Amino acid sequence: MSEVAFDGVTKRFGEVTAVDQLTLDIADGEFMVLLGPSGCGKTTALRMIAGLETVTEGTLRIGDRVVNDVEAKDRDIAMVFQSYALYPHMTVARNIESPLVARRFHVDADAPPRKLTAAERSERVDQAARSLGLTDLMGRKPAALSGGQRQRVALARAIVARPSAFLMDEPLSNLDAKLRAQTRIELVELHERLATTFVYVTHDQVEAMTMADRIAVLNEGRLQQVGPPQAVYERPHNLFVARFIGSPPMNTVPGTVVRTDTGVAVQLGGQRIDLDPVAHEPLADGTEVVIGVRPEHLAVDPDGQVKAQVRAVEWLGHERLVVCDLAEHHITVRQSSGAEPVAPGDVLALTADPAHVHLFDPNTTERLN
Amino acid sequence: MGTELFQPTWKKVAWYAVLTALAVVILFPVYMTFVRAISQPRAYVLAGQPPWPVHPEWDAFSRAFSLGDLGRKFLVSAVVTTVIVAAQLTTSTLAAYAFTFLQFPFRRLLFYVFMATLMLPIEVTLIPNVQTIRSLDWLNSYPGLVAPFLATAFGTFLLRQGFRGIPRDLLDASQLDGFGHLAFLRRVAIPVTRPVVASFAVIAFLSAWNQYTWPRAVVTEGRWETVQIGLKTVTATTAEQNNLGFAAALVVALPILVLLIVLQRQIVRGLTAGAVKG
Amino acid sequence: MSRRTRDALVGYALLVPSAVIFVWFFFYPLVRLFVMGLHQQNRTGTAERYVGWSRFGDVLTGEQFTEGLRISATYVLYTVPLGLVLGVLLAVAANRRLKGIKVFQTIFSSTIASSVAVASVVFFVLLNPQIGYFSSVKFFSLSDPDTALRGVALSSVWQNLGLTFVIVLAGLQAIPDEVDEAATLDGYGPVRRFFRVTLPLISPTLMFLAVVLVIFALQAFAQADILTQGGPVGATETLVFKIFRSQQPIDQGTGSIMALGLFGITLLVSLAQFLLLERRVHYGN
Ligand SMILES: Nc1ncnc2c1ncn2[C@@H]1O[C@H](COP(=O)(O)OP(=O)(O)OP(=O)(O)O)[C@@H](O)[C@H]1O
Ligand SMILES: [Mg+2]
Repeated sequence: MSEVAFDGVTKRFGEVTAVDQLTLDIADGEFMVLLGPSGCGKTTALRMIAGLETVTEGTLRIGDRVVNDVEAKDRDIAMVFQSYALYPHMTVARNIESPLVARRFHVDADAPPRKLTAAERSERVDQAARSLGLTDLMGRKPAALSGGQRQRVALARAIVARPSAFLMDEPLSNLDAKLRAQTRIELVELHERLATTFVYVTHDQVEAMTMADRIAVLNEGRLQQVGPPQAVYERPHNLFVARFIGSPPMNTVPGTVVRTDTGVAVQLGGQRIDLDPVAHEPLADGTEVVIGVRPEHLAVDPDGQVKAQVRAVEWLGHERLVVCDLAEHHITVRQSSGAEPVAPGDVLALTADPAHVHLFDPNTTERLN
Repeated sequence: MGTELFQPTWKKVAWYAVLTALAVVILFPVYMTFVRAISQPRAYVLAGQPPWPVHPEWDAFSRAFSLGDLGRKFLVSAVVTTVIVAAQLTTSTLAAYAFTFLQFPFRRLLFYVFMATLMLPIEVTLIPNVQTIRSLDWLNSYPGLVAPFLATAFGTFLLRQGFRGIPRDLLDASQLDGFGHLAFLRRVAIPVTRPVVASFAVIAFLSAWNQYTWPRAVVTEGRWETVQIGLKTVTATTAEQNNLGFAAALVVALPILVLLIVLQRQIVRGLTAGAVKG
Repeated sequence: MSRRTRDALVGYALLVPSAVIFVWFFFYPLVRLFVMGLHQQNRTGTAERYVGWSRFGDVLTGEQFTEGLRISATYVLYTVPLGLVLGVLLAVAANRRLKGIKVFQTIFSSTIASSVAVASVVFFVLLNPQIGYFSSVKFFSLSDPDTALRGVALSSVWQNLGLTFVIVLAGLQAIPDEVDEAATLDGYGPVRRFFRVTLPLISPTLMFLAVVLVIFALQAFAQADILTQGGPVGATETLVFKIFRSQQPIDQGTGSIMALGLFGITLLVSLAQFLLLERRVHYGN
């Protein structure tokens, strides 16, 4: 059991900077999800923890140990690969056993670590297999397993050596939707049972939201924000996070701050949205901003300040997405299916929940409020 | 290639040393042939046959051409190789097309019969085949040199593998467009499988150029010797002239070496076809 | 004419060119081998008489065939295991990310450019008893009947090295990086990783290669023809060498039966390959 700490870690492949000055502390026993779009450096960060890539700059610690120069096999880490990387020539049992063969383990109190006996190995293999429901498949080879079963074998192989941290690189991406939902829950349970550090890479925000203790959002190799899923969702630190997290994404429209005697507002083209005057005290008149409101925080309201014309309506069963034109931008409003029907061409009056209005600096993209 | 991690400089240096040592071992025989080819034979022997040239005579290569009639042998080899490669490409493509895209009775059986010929190397059928050639009066002639090699099951197999990657829908679509089989073959099948065709062509070239046993059996006159057979005479020449033979051996290998460097990918693909999955 | 009939006719027509060659130079000669084996010709080939099947037994158990077979089998033993080990060694050494590795890979595969004849001449330079650079090395001396075959084998090993290297390297490169990495994380050092993961995964490739090399070795002729002319005292007369020399009418019967013996052995080896390929199906996923 260990914490994992990146301190100013950079990884370059020739000209490409895959990970840029990453500083991130992953607590002991935490379920940390690295989230970001394709190519943002998630896998690279994970592989540096595993010792499969070297660190170009900065220090990487696991527990108390700086591991920059520690070989992968000596890091006491298990990894579940996206392709599972099972040994095709070995049975399930031998696959699960493989991390136990070469290493030494602390078995006897006060004695130096030693190799496990065949009996000890098979006991641990059985235990891991049982906990993942693989007992009946032990004699098969990977080619004779379904995708979900392979994934379980990969998990069993990861847990069998009781490593101090688990690394997983998009382990669910090869499963169908139903199995993926089920496996998410099982992974969370597994994490609770093992109480060990998990570092989990995905570009799927649903996985991140449902499983993570904390999410680290990466973009172009740089850390954008770290925090619990709810915090990242509710207070995105910058425009990238605001737009990346949430589906459909947050509406973002550029505007200008206007101060009047009565309060503070944002001017969008010909329209105006009032802001909470207390919360937005520091904003000067004339400041350029990008205003962001999530689709569910917009509501149709006869008294609404903002008028927008409906372009299209997407019906999703339990809810409805209304796409409108506003100040030459598209914005999306989320409504329950039971709300009053709207049709393209209608002009809606909208209000934004003032507690959920986000403002960003259009130049730095940083959050302002 | 997951082994390049954490390679300290000394490890890299060690690998370069190992690789260089292996390269030297592999190239040494060629180097020695080169040394002997350019050394003046008598002086070389008198100098105690050292691993470096003695009295280098650079015209050994050009003299090999004139003295050993290497030019004529190159011509014979070139004609034989060209005919064999062209014929094998044609016959194999046609047969592979039939086995892939056409339905006819006994298709499977005929395919296995074709493949069975792979079990019959020329070494096995040598005696009756030479007799056939002799009875046709084709000893010492181009037809005799090429006839048994105008078709090959290996090519049929390889090209069929390539053709099988083409969706049948393409054939149906092209027939709706009013194209016949030969048009489909020319317009779609061959262009789409060009890498496979290229690999096969290269392999066919390699084996045709390098043949030994068959031409040795059907050629009795120096005029009809291929370059490979010409090399045998080297060993029979006197010590005064054998350097020309060694020069000839290097010259004979040269076209293939150039081909190997230029078309490495095709050659590797052709050679590994069937050996490695995927 | 229906499309089905037309397709069938086109199909047969496309097979005809290959089929002509196959019948003419593959299947007909196979029948001829039996016929010639059953008959004995006179010295000039002008007359022949039926001798019957008993000669098959006589030839296949006779001194000439068994001696040729022994020499060819020994040749297989000399060339195949050594060739495979060296090929794996070269491929493992060259399968890494280093600057300039392509140059080494090209050098290691360069002997592909060498024909049997070229390889034999090159080794003539090294091994010839009169002028060879290594002619004084007893272990593979071409002038000693007990060791000559080793020298001849050496030229084959060298000549096939490029092919062996290329195929093993392709086998190594077909192993997914992630499997190698998983093995690293499982705590395997390089040696254990090689024997527990790499070697089993390339074993189908090695089996294939072994069969190919065995067949090459069984067909060996040029090496002996150029390096030793079968000598000294017949010590390097491989099976094909003996078949090649049986082309006079009077020898053709015997030669044909020996060729059929070679055919049988080739068939067995190929059958072994086929069974191994079948087994290989279990490996993929
Ligand atoms: N071995 C390598 N050599 C060169 N560039 C690399 C290498 N590995 C990764 N990169 C580059 O580094 C960047 C980050 O790659 P990485 O694989 O970490 O992305 P990722 O976030 O995992 O993306 P994905 O979601 O697509 O898996 C990319 O631009 C990639 O092209
Ligand atoms: Mg990735």
